[in-house]
Amino acid sequence: MASTTGETLAAAEPIADGRTEEGEEEQVVNPWEVSAKGGKIDYDKLVDKFGCQRLDESLIQRFERITGRRAHVFLRRGLFFAHRDLSDILDAYERGEKFYLYTGRGPSSESLHLGHLVPFMFTKYLQDVFKVPLVIQLTDDEKCMWKGLSVEESERLARENAKDIIACGFDIERTFIFADFSYMSPPIYKNIVRIANCVTGNKIVGIFGLTLEDYGGKFFFPYIQAAPSFPSSFPHIFSGKYSKLRCLIPCAIDQDPYFRMTRDVAPRLSYHKPALIESKFFPALQGESGKMSASDPNSAIYVTDSLKDIKNKVNRYAFSGGQDTIEKQRKFGANLEVDVPVKYLNFFLDDDAELLSIKEKYGSGAMLTGEVKARLIEVLSEIVERHQRARAAVTEEMVDAFMAVRPLPRMFG
Amino acid sequence: MAQTKPNYLPRAVSRVQRGRESSLSACSFHAASINPFLKSLNRNLKPIYSPAPRPPLLIRRRRRSMAFSKDQLLARLQELKIEFLSCDHPAVMTVEEQAKYVGHLGGALSKNLFLKDKKHRLYIISALANTKVDLKILSQRLGLGKGGLRMAPEEALPEILHVALGSVTPFSLINESARSVSLLLDKGFKSQRYCLFHPLTNEVTIALTPSDFDKFLLSIGREPAYVDLEDCPVVGKDNPPDLAYLVPAEALNLPGGADKVPPTSAPAQTNATLEQKTKQPTQKPKEPSKEQKQKSGKDKINADAVADSTNVEKFVEKVLEKVSNVFISELSKQSNAEDGNIKDHMLEGVKQRVSSDLLSMTMTLKNSVYAQGFHAGIESTLYPLANKKIVERK
Repeated sequence: MASTTGETLAAAEPIADGRTEEGEEEQVVNPWEVSAKGGKIDYDKLVDKFGCQRLDESLIQRFERITGRRAHVFLRRGLFFAHRDLSDILDAYERGEKFYLYTGRGPSSESLHLGHLVPFMFTKYLQDVFKVPLVIQLTDDEKCMWKGLSVEESERLARENAKDIIACGFDIERTFIFADFSYMSPPIYKNIVRIANCVTGNKIVGIFGLTLEDYGGKFFFPYIQAAPSFPSSFPHIFSGKYSKLRCLIPCAIDQDPYFRMTRDVAPRLSYHKPALIESKFFPALQGESGKMSASDPNSAIYVTDSLKDIKNKVNRYAFSGGQDTIEKQRKFGANLEVDVPVKYLNFFLDDDAELLSIKEKYGSGAMLTGEVKARLIEVLSEIVERHQRARAAVTEEMVDAFMAVRPLPRMFG
Repeated sequence: MAQTKPNYLPRAVSRVQRGRESSLSACSFHAASINPFLKSLNRNLKPIYSPAPRPPLLIRRRRRSMAFSKDQLLARLQELKIEFLSCDHPAVMTVEEQAKYVGHLGGALSKNLFLKDKKHRLYIISALANTKVDLKILSQRLGLGKGGLRMAPEEALPEILHVALGSVTPFSLINESARSVSLLLDKGFKSQRYCLFHPLTNEVTIALTPSDFDKFLLSIGREPAYVDLEDCPVVGKDNPPDLAYLVPAEALNLPGGADKVPPTSAPAQTNATLEQKTKQPTQKPKEPSKEQKQKSGKDKINADAVADSTNVEKFVEKVLEKVSNVFISELSKQSNAEDGNIKDHMLEGVKQRVSSDLLSMTMTLKNSVYAQGFHAGIESTLYPLANKKIVERK
């Protein structure tokens, strides 16, 4: 069925296991698997395949104009690179129409790495510049279904992850964190069923690649992830004049399938289609081979890493584009395309001038790999240290307060 | 939930027809005081009820709109361990009439005025019967100008105080609907042995000690405000109105007038930075247009002030500005003016490096403080009587 903007579910559905009709393996991007031929994800192809739009310079400038300050480093450097209907959200905001943010995390492990924090850091920026409320969904039920965790373990992980999320600096006056197992209640469940009544099993199979061998919960879960896009799932926050509030979802691009389905359903339930702002995958330390993996501790910088760990990991495992010897390096310069430290600096070093200077010097050979890595270690250490300090200050009471079903009277204030 | 009378109270005594001759025989005593003075009066009547150890206080769940009845009030007084004498008599509309029936008790009769000002705020003035109450002077002392105080409209009595004409009494403030009515008490009450008031109906008078009366007021969340009602200070430029603090913060929706709807307060009360949170911004969902139209400039200023004081970024900005200014002035003492640019540059660099950390730390503080306040709010619902105003507002 075609939606009004011309995007159709059928055309936009990639076949979940990534095989084309010829049986070739292409890149695979879905909520449970990200891999690509040769390691490098072709984001242009992905954007075309999914049917979303690229976030171009004009939109970034619009951001800066509307918010009155420099755009977030992730926007400027293209980490958040695609969107759906972002311009509609900005149009509405300029007219005085507010929106709310919705993001989430699947709490599969206790240890988070910087790649996990990326959407949260960006969401915090959005919350600060637009002064809008935020709901954060912890999908403990999803991890229970997909990872075979027990219900209790999922719940516990959700709560632990909530602490790290809070440490990203969200404003408690505007933020509601909830875990599916504890928040399931009439308002959200009714929306889940309404959504379920709009999407057939066939569509779910088409989008998510499930088979009849999979447990039934996996067919049902997409509806649960879709429901928070509709404000009536949170009547304690959005009622009265906010009952049809627009929604903006910052997420990684592998979550796009869920929200394609949601956008399809939204007009049938007379809601605005949720808008999306999507990010690339954060490169692993070893190089461009897809998402960072929680199973390989050296593939990423974890928020629990000590300063020594960070130094060690960057020096030992960060894939370098520099030459083998110092002489060669001085002569030929480094290959910035594959150099991981420069990629990381691209996203975490806020100073545009300094980054430019590093790229020039490193590319020409004036700078050595060791120096670049040293700068990266400095930058990462600052971020991780700040996070650890904030995390240490998160108490059980604070988590309870963030997760309490309470009105947010100053959510736009 | 319907209020059931505790079983140690006798059944209600019906009105007794009486003549004028003996006021003693006209009254029947429901609750006897153990005060020997009064006992001597009531030698012939055995105390039916004496304050015995009570069962624990009931936590009542009362809907906001339910008005208190006389019996409910009296039961509440007993719960608070307040001893009182209660006397039935025919309905009385004036203090003189009332005196005929209860004058012998030797307590202080009260005259109670229900007043309103030009901004539709309400007041009860409870004075000793022989205190002179000059509304013009009081109006000035409250800062309402010369003719600010008038009698409240008749309809307000059943609407706001839930009492009938002739029954105005400070006890009517037990009703949720009267939470914005200000109470002024004659300081003369404090020196009386007993004060006499109507307990929500003018067919009964109760007598209680001033300290017990204060106890009652505190239990409904009111700070007793005793005032010298006969004092007439000159109010002018050098003498601000001395009673201005008693003017209510909220005006009420008086029957027959379109007025401001009182804003509700935010649920969480936290410490210093968030203490100014008293008003909700005009985003009440059910009646947006009406409230938006009537939002006064003062409310807007208050809401903005709260928004500013809870804004982490503004806070950090101010801190950094203060530190920079001081730093620059200290530096200037050391080096000369030519280094101006270097200083600014250095300062910018310092600010850049320190902002992220400061922002993170301040947000942590804000969230911790909110969490503490939130839990204090939850815990305070365990003490409904003491926190009546807050609990029942929801």
